[in-house]
Amino acid sequence: MPQITFIQPDGTEQVVDGQTGMTVMETAKKHLIEGIEAECGGACACATCHVYVDQAWLEKVGGPNEMEEDMLDFAFDVRPASRLSCQIKVTDDLDGLVVRVPEKQF
Amino acid sequence: MAADGTASGTPIETDAVIIGGGPVGLFAVFELGLVDIKAHVIDILDKAGGQCAELYPEKPIYDIPGLPVVTGQGLTDALMAQIKPFGATFHLGQRVDALQKMEDGRFELVTDAGTRFIAKVVVVAAGGGSFTPKRPPLANIEAYEGTSVFYSVRRMDDFRDKDVLVVGGGDSALDWTLNLQPIAKSLTLLHRRDDFRGAPHSVEQMRALVRDNKIALLIGQMGALEGDNGALAAVTVKTKDGEVRYPCNRLLPFFGLTMKLGPVADWGLNLDENLIPVDTVQFQTSTLGIFAVGDINSYPGKLKLILSGFHEVALMSQAAHRIVYPGKKLLFQYTTSSSSLQKKLGVT
Repeated sequence: MPQITFIQPDGTEQVVDGQTGMTVMETAKKHLIEGIEAECGGACACATCHVYVDQAWLEKVGGPNEMEEDMLDFAFDVRPASRLSCQIKVTDDLDGLVVRVPEKQF
Repeated sequence: MAADGTASGTPIETDAVIIGGGPVGLFAVFELGLVDIKAHVIDILDKAGGQCAELYPEKPIYDIPGLPVVTGQGLTDALMAQIKPFGATFHLGQRVDALQKMEDGRFELVTDAGTRFIAKVVVVAAGGGSFTPKRPPLANIEAYEGTSVFYSVRRMDDFRDKDVLVVGGGDSALDWTLNLQPIAKSLTLLHRRDDFRGAPHSVEQMRALVRDNKIALLIGQMGALEGDNGALAAVTVKTKDGEVRYPCNRLLPFFGLTMKLGPVADWGLNLDENLIPVDTVQFQTSTLGIFAVGDINSYPGKLKLILSGFHEVALMSQAAHRIVYPGKKLLFQYTTSSSSLQKKLGVT
């Protein structure tokens, strides 16, 4: 089972088991990770599941597609490592993935 | 005097008021219509369809029975066609602020636009609550709202001869940039990237204004607000070259809409974690005559699916019939075979 680490703005780390095929957002919701709101339920329609992908994982995770890039306009404090976690599918390749939860969702 | 529903005129009297024009509210018009209950629909958006129309008009839905795939807008359009025979009146761009039971058992409702209704039953189909503009999570922004910070333009004059900062990359930001430029003292459009989601024609017009030095385009994100007593003096903007202090006295952030429960909490209904508990026979709330259907209700086993809402409005309508037509027996009929139902649908 691929493991995913969520780091809160205060530095608290939570390591949880992801499931192949689920999204990082769904994994966060399942494990009640604070700061991932996912108001729209995963439709890439709200930008409240915004995360920063750890530098070391950026290449493997890849960047947002055009629709997600548009939706990131609705996120707060967008950075080059910004992604919407509902658009990142958990795969075996992503075992060990580290993402940071932003200080504020919009 | 005609019932125009305004504060000064006579309130609109009707059988049912449906609060919320999403898919479930729309189908409530249909099911109520089949049992001869006339409805008015109130929604805060300027269009019908609720989340389907606002959040995902172009995204596919795969779990509507009989429709292998349909977009949010497609479902809305199909429901609007389906309920057309029942002639419901829509009151769009309005939020129900007050709802209370009158002495005769009916309900009085007042919207933020001052429209008044008197109804025998009320159907709350408010989904996730009312759509409200997203507030940027900047420290102390509330202190400037209504004086320097606005989320929509109600009076153009509020921006006349002002230094205006418009933020966002969609149609609202572009439209208000174009509309306010002629009257503002100065206008700057701030967006996080040099790429805009709005209509290509508006983007072109905006770029032409930038070329003619009539507006400024700034690429970056808001950092902090500066000012006092509700009077904005400047916005700190994070750009790729570092932080810039940007003097302005009007800020218009356009970051889309979010859902807030809003006034539903003030109507005296029992709530459980921002949802309205109902029974699963009538979908009635703690107040006799007020029903709650769709995403806003809760009961054991509830699934927030559009199809659950469709089922709920069918049963709710049976219960509403007993209130609107006391003592009148309701005959259960199928639209396939009942000539009286077909007459209501205008198909015979």
